[in-house]
Amino acid sequence: MERFVSIETYEQWRTEARRLLGAGIAPSDVHFSTLDEQPTLFADTESVSKTARANVTVPKSFLEIAQTVACHQSPVRWELLYRTLWRLTHNEPALLQMVTDDDVHELHQMKKAVTRDVHKMKAFVRFRRVASALEETYVAWHRPDHRIVSLAAPFFARRFKAMNWSIFTPIESVVWDQQTLRYGAGVPASEVSDEDSLESLWKTYYASIFNPARVKVAMMKREMPVRHWQTLPEASIIQDLLDDAPQRVADMIERNEGFADTATKFLPPQPDLDSLASAVNCCEACDLHQFATQAVFGEGPRDAKIVLVGEQPGDREDIAGKPFVGPAGELLDRAFAELEIGRDEVYITNVVKHFKFTQRGKRRLHKKPNSREIYACRPWLEAELAAIQPHTLVCLGATPAQALIGRDFRITASRGVVQATEWCQRTIATWHPAAILRMPDAARKEQMFQEFVGDLAKANAQ
Amino acid sequence: MEVREKLAILADAAKYDASCASSGSKKTRADSLIGSTEGMGICHSYTPDGRCVSLLKILLTNYCIYDCQYCVNRVSSDTPRARFTVDEVVSLTMEFYKRNYIEGLFLSSGIIQNSDYTMEQMILVAKRLRTDQRYGGYIHLKTIPNASQALIEEAGQWADRLSVNIELPTEGDLVRLAPEKKKPQIVSAMSGIREKIDETKQEEKAGFKPPRFAPAGQSTQMIVGATETPDIDVLKTASDLYSGQKLRRVYYSAYSPIPHADARLPGQSPPLIREHRLYQADWLMRFYGFDAEEIVTEHDCNLSLEIDPKLAWALANRHFFPVDVNRASYEELLRIPGIGVRNVKRILTLRKHRNLRSTDLRKLRVAWNRTKAFVLTADHHPGVRDLDRLNLKTKVATKDKQLLLFDAAGSALSGEV
Repeated sequence: MERFVSIETYEQWRTEARRLLGAGIAPSDVHFSTLDEQPTLFADTESVSKTARANVTVPKSFLEIAQTVACHQSPVRWELLYRTLWRLTHNEPALLQMVTDDDVHELHQMKKAVTRDVHKMKAFVRFRRVASALEETYVAWHRPDHRIVSLAAPFFARRFKAMNWSIFTPIESVVWDQQTLRYGAGVPASEVSDEDSLESLWKTYYASIFNPARVKVAMMKREMPVRHWQTLPEASIIQDLLDDAPQRVADMIERNEGFADTATKFLPPQPDLDSLASAVNCCEACDLHQFATQAVFGEGPRDAKIVLVGEQPGDREDIAGKPFVGPAGELLDRAFAELEIGRDEVYITNVVKHFKFTQRGKRRLHKKPNSREIYACRPWLEAELAAIQPHTLVCLGATPAQALIGRDFRITASRGVVQATEWCQRTIATWHPAAILRMPDAARKEQMFQEFVGDLAKANAQ
Repeated sequence: MEVREKLAILADAAKYDASCASSGSKKTRADSLIGSTEGMGICHSYTPDGRCVSLLKILLTNYCIYDCQYCVNRVSSDTPRARFTVDEVVSLTMEFYKRNYIEGLFLSSGIIQNSDYTMEQMILVAKRLRTDQRYGGYIHLKTIPNASQALIEEAGQWADRLSVNIELPTEGDLVRLAPEKKKPQIVSAMSGIREKIDETKQEEKAGFKPPRFAPAGQSTQMIVGATETPDIDVLKTASDLYSGQKLRRVYYSAYSPIPHADARLPGQSPPLIREHRLYQADWLMRFYGFDAEEIVTEHDCNLSLEIDPKLAWALANRHFFPVDVNRASYEELLRIPGIGVRNVKRILTLRKHRNLRSTDLRKLRVAWNRTKAFVLTADHHPGVRDLDRLNLKTKVATKDKQLLLFDAAGSALSGEV
């Protein structure tokens, strides 16, 4: 005889299933229905004796699966669960492990669908802030595929513990007041339509984090199904982002600065100082060669104990083709004289070998080289240092110090400190002579000069 | 500058950071009011580039004193610059988090003034979130190269995950493109984090309750395709990092045609298939017991772009097959193309009860077309002759190849792979 049982919740199913099992009623003799279906005329739940409840044991994993599958929208879920229960208790205790069995397979598929739906709910719920004079609450409307509100709600309660929030779906809803979760009936989307001004900031983020150089729409749709887009604020700009992507990539390539080899390919095969000095005039690694008179290479003995490195040649050096022959060079000579160092004992060079300037009337004003030019010119300096292997390396000013000691070097903080670098065991930085010359305050100027002489003395020691 | 403009600039600058994981912290911090970490991360959205949006991924600033050639924020680039205040980042994170847009914060930064100053600013963001806001969500801090060990240790107290970028696969690549970053310094920063993580774990094991230190571990990122370094060296570096530094993840970022990129770098569109193959190979090293050196079977020391690395290995090691699914060990089953870790476990359970047939494997949804030449089942005995066929590669890879061709036509229009 066929029986009709009407089930809504997991608890009801569990009670009924126990009764049916107790009465020994086979799955093929029961028809389960839910409210979603047409109500059956002959609904008959009384026919099973209430006393005949079976005391059966099933694996815990079955109860877990059953609780999840109970939330699936499929009308066959109750009979599938009962059939599985029947088989588990009738000589197939290991049934759940037989994942290729048709019933078990279907159960797992349904469980997977529900779990995924819960996961997507955790991901895609978007709260909107609703603030009144008294309090603020956060409200969301979401359309899940299955009846999963009760499965997902505890997660939101843990995560947004100190917020008042509500989540509405077409068939269920839940409200959190920082104490308890209260479940209720469904609410149509139209009732939750407040704008949240923060959404436009979120869209700004979404648009900026998108990389137009890689477009994978299918991948996006697989993970973020289009049916959820309605409640995702960011989804409204997807089409615009896609439309603009080719243009943005073209712009990115267009704005490509192009340039920038280093001087490596202009270096001579023999890296001795004479070959280097004659090769440097062919260097076109950056644009500075186009405007300068000539390259100014380092000068001094190949066995010099001390190497001094300045920033770049100035106006006079550019014309003479020798380093430190202008006013800065004169100041350097004065300091050398005090210390009784001969200019011909040291090797003097610059980080950048060509003069960089801006034309102001007839004057050529010195301009600081940028990091691109410093980077391009670097192989020359490295080759000089490798050829000489100085005992002490003196950086004149911040530019050589940052190039040789470290990017974050500050002359005001670490001037005069002897430290080891990969270029030289004794590397020291001091003022650039030009910085001393530019100092308007006479007393300070004298003080800087004395510091400069002191640092050079330190370099000359040993 | 308005927060919106800053967000546009500093999110744009962060998009080349591949890391998106928000998993690994199993317990929510005690005393938190907003936010949770429960082990598994959640992807809250997806952008049309197919990547997930899980964390608010931003830079504190894109001003930088360094000049790394592959990086859009390097000092010689004329990209627009911005700098967030600490409060702005804290507020953005909280507001986004409360609306369930994000799983947490990923904070990186260009280097301003010096490494320690920059690191201090980033720590301040994390600390304010944890203490002022009592925020319990995920925080990933990218440590600044050359920051002091003391600062890194403080960062680990507030963050769930720390990362140090290895940047490029080999030391030679670094010298060429990022001469200011030194491999020994990078490695020592990683070791410092590893030691502190180990120390914390040991104390926990001994029954103490040490302060939290980066409970979600550390990761790194490496840019591929910016130099000619072949895949074998990329994978060897990754393998060393997994074993030596116990990293949770190594991220591979295909070099993108970033604005102002230098002519020294190959300027084509990013080799997305190569990136995909590297991730597949990475997976094989971490979960399938493969060594870096055996995965790469091509003569030019790169992974095959046509077929996946597991299939490529099988074709190069045919003497290993066929494998009998009813008798083989776990490790042997893992080597069969088209069968994943989960299915191997299912096979082991199922075969306790009965002999597996081909229909069982199909129901498990193994990739039968790839698998069939390499397995024995109760009712399926591919001849040894099959395995010896020279055209086996085309037979098992036909579908993939057609897909590739199809993709190539499509991607000519869309750039999609």
